[in-house]
Amino acid sequence: MRLKLVPEKTNIDFFRAQFVTFGVSVVMVIASILLVFTMGLNLGIDFRGGTTIRTESTSPVDVATYRAALAGLDMGDISITEVFDPSFRPDQHVTQIRIEAAQGAEAVSPEGIATVEAAMEAVDPAIKFTSVESVGPKVSSELITQALLAIAAGSLGILLYVWMRFEWQFAVGTVAALLHDVIVTVGIFSLLQLKFDLTIVAALLTILGYSVNDTVVIFDRLRENLAKYKQMPLREMMNLTANETLSRTIMTATTTFIALMVLFIWGGDVIRGFVFAMLFGVVIGTYSTLYVAKNIVLFLGVDRSEKPKKERGTPSEYAHLDN
Amino acid sequence: MQQMALWKRLLIWATIALGVVYAAPNAFYARVEGHNDAAKLFAEGAGLTAEQQAAYDAWPEFLPSTLMNLGLDLRGGAHLLAEVQVKDVYKTRMDGLWPGVRDALRDIRDQVGNVRREPSAPDELRIAISNPEGMQAAITAVAGLAQPISSLTGMGEKDITVSQDKGQILVRLSEAEQAATDSRTVQQSLEIVRRRIDEAGTREPSIQRQGTDRILIQVPGIGSAAELKEFIGKTAKLGFYPVVRITQNENDTPGPRNFLAPSLDEKGLFYVLEETPVVTGEELTNAAPSFDDNGTPSVNFQFNVTGARAFGEYTANNVGKPFAIVLDNEVISAPTINQAIPGGSGRITGNFTIEESTNLAVLLRAGALPAELTYLEERTVGPELGQDSIDAGMRAAVIGMIAVVAYMVASYGFFGAMASMALAINIVLMIALLNLIGATLTLPGIAGIVLTMGMAVDANVLIYERIREELRQGVNPARAIELGFEKALSAITDSNVTAILTAIIMYWIGSGPVRGFAVTLGLGIITSMFTAVYVTRLIIQTWMAWRRPKTIVV
Repeated sequence: MRLKLVPEKTNIDFFRAQFVTFGVSVVMVIASILLVFTMGLNLGIDFRGGTTIRTESTSPVDVATYRAALAGLDMGDISITEVFDPSFRPDQHVTQIRIEAAQGAEAVSPEGIATVEAAMEAVDPAIKFTSVESVGPKVSSELITQALLAIAAGSLGILLYVWMRFEWQFAVGTVAALLHDVIVTVGIFSLLQLKFDLTIVAALLTILGYSVNDTVVIFDRLRENLAKYKQMPLREMMNLTANETLSRTIMTATTTFIALMVLFIWGGDVIRGFVFAMLFGVVIGTYSTLYVAKNIVLFLGVDRSEKPKKERGTPSEYAHLDN
Repeated sequence: MQQMALWKRLLIWATIALGVVYAAPNAFYARVEGHNDAAKLFAEGAGLTAEQQAAYDAWPEFLPSTLMNLGLDLRGGAHLLAEVQVKDVYKTRMDGLWPGVRDALRDIRDQVGNVRREPSAPDELRIAISNPEGMQAAITAVAGLAQPISSLTGMGEKDITVSQDKGQILVRLSEAEQAATDSRTVQQSLEIVRRRIDEAGTREPSIQRQGTDRILIQVPGIGSAAELKEFIGKTAKLGFYPVVRITQNENDTPGPRNFLAPSLDEKGLFYVLEETPVVTGEELTNAAPSFDDNGTPSVNFQFNVTGARAFGEYTANNVGKPFAIVLDNEVISAPTINQAIPGGSGRITGNFTIEESTNLAVLLRAGALPAELTYLEERTVGPELGQDSIDAGMRAAVIGMIAVVAYMVASYGFFGAMASMALAINIVLMIALLNLIGATLTLPGIAGIVLTMGMAVDANVLIYERIREELRQGVNPARAIELGFEKALSAITDSNVTAILTAIIMYWIGSGPVRGFAVTLGLGIITSMFTAVYVTRLIIQTWMAWRRPKTIVV
């Protein structure tokens, strides 16, 4: 007995509610952009500069005590959050301290970090500083540029490759779907105010790669079908293609989702944000493959006039199938 | 069903075998690490203790012993991004230029009159002459000192520009020379940082140049970035300066082109020194700890030829006067010159302990940083957090593998098991490749491996779905398998090429964690294509040839 998430033969009309689904996508993209501009992103020190200190102690953490210990230091804005994770030992109490970068200053001075560490040690002798990170504003502004550039270059590279391999309509559809995925993921990070740092950018790029993978597989099949069924209307053919590849789409999404879910649960709190972004990306990427990329291609239309190179009729490579 | 050509099959098995051999050391990480440490000691000519010998023997010599480099986030350590203040060097260059300029103008004194160096910005040299009519002659004379630059970009250009500004002669480094100087300064700083960290004896530090004027320093196993900075920041800038006068007033105005330096040993004693040193530590060829005639620790030093000549000349002309040995802007000692010292060697004495004299010798040998370093970014990860991350990553990888295998077997039965075998081989090949190219494994890198597990089966899924379709159309099993592989190939290629594209872009543009992730992701895609297309095919073909099933269920 086989586990089958998708029945052997499906006949779903992916365009039946196309105005609803496409409309939802458009609304989500606009909402995400609005969110980023109104609520902003909870930028990590990679992009905003400043210092984070991760502390670990065997004695229970009282954030108020820590806060009181640091209040008198005149270090600017300090925030302390306690970190929980199922993988921690019972006597492992972790907090994350964040010190904002002073205006126009270089990375927080070593004396500053030493002062904070000394103050913490005074209230909790068992405390250890398991990670200390400081980023100066010069680097953080470069990292922002770098991140935007990476996403732009990634999209452009994909656009060019898909254009080269398929028609330009496919390339536009693919990239629109990718940007949709990336923008909505960023929107979720803004909505939930999750920490947005350099690793999230890596996650976004992975979403880019995953989503394009998904879309290209369907387009590849579509291209094959375009050659096979000359007379079928484009809309019907897209449905046929999506149904033919649906089993694979869901199968791959599920294995990737499983792997990511495992990482999300057991991979530790350090990379949880990173994994969350990808987890969300797999879901939205699968959705956009089925409901965004194709719609745009359908909207743009495909030039189905005969190419001089190609033979008329059924391509010969399929002729022997019935033997 | 057609078997693959024999050479192809052999090549695939050989690749897998090689992968296993190269990945193997990582399965016995601690043991191989012990072996490597002992081997290193042995290679350095040290005798091995019984314990070390045992560690050495624990891993056979004929097997590869390269281990995966673990990133700082996994093994703990410090990461610093430093910017070299390249402009600092311009001042030194200008100071170095001044005596030559003075001599050149002195030769045409009848035209230019008296010559005086005026206060100026650090990167320029301003000279006033008492006879304005001689300005043109002066400029020509100074410009005659310019040297051609022998760099590729600055072909035919001179190293300095000389102009007239506000009735003074203005000398600056030309733009081409500035670029060349900057590059040299960064290179030199890099070398010095490397030597200082090597002296500290940590394992596998990585010191790289980044961009035009930055140095990225990563040292595993060091306690904190502050500690690392202390190591690098010790300037040990040594110089021998003419003493103008000695004072006890710390607010004494030293006068133009002089500076005030405190005495290291005698509190409250200050020296007014000329700003231009006679000789600097850069002209040392050697420095070694030793003892002076009274048996107190001291440091012996030796100048190079130019240093020795300058030192000899100065001492010959200034017998009976004191000169100051200055280390990091503090006067270590200010002996009086008893006689000319022509040989270029000498001894620094002070109230040193043996350890201090040894350290000073090391620092002098390593040389001074030519310019100041400012730190733009610093990260420290403690070894405990690193170990926690390794544990979490390993746990996730094992559970992830089991989950994906279970799901594949549940979906494709026996064929799922074969895909899982290919997946296991894929992971082994990935680790072997990471090893071979000396890539560094980071926590996001481990995430990349786990993600690859999920995505690598995609190619198998594509193939299996195709085989299912063919079977449904009544094609015989062997033919269906062949067609499945054939037809899925274009989709596999297209989807993987785009994925590799994003990995390359991530590597190219990103840094740190992003790069580590891009490397494993990219390698994972390459190995997964190989295992899905070739290895799975080989396994299935071998099975088909052996069992010759009439029907198959995928």
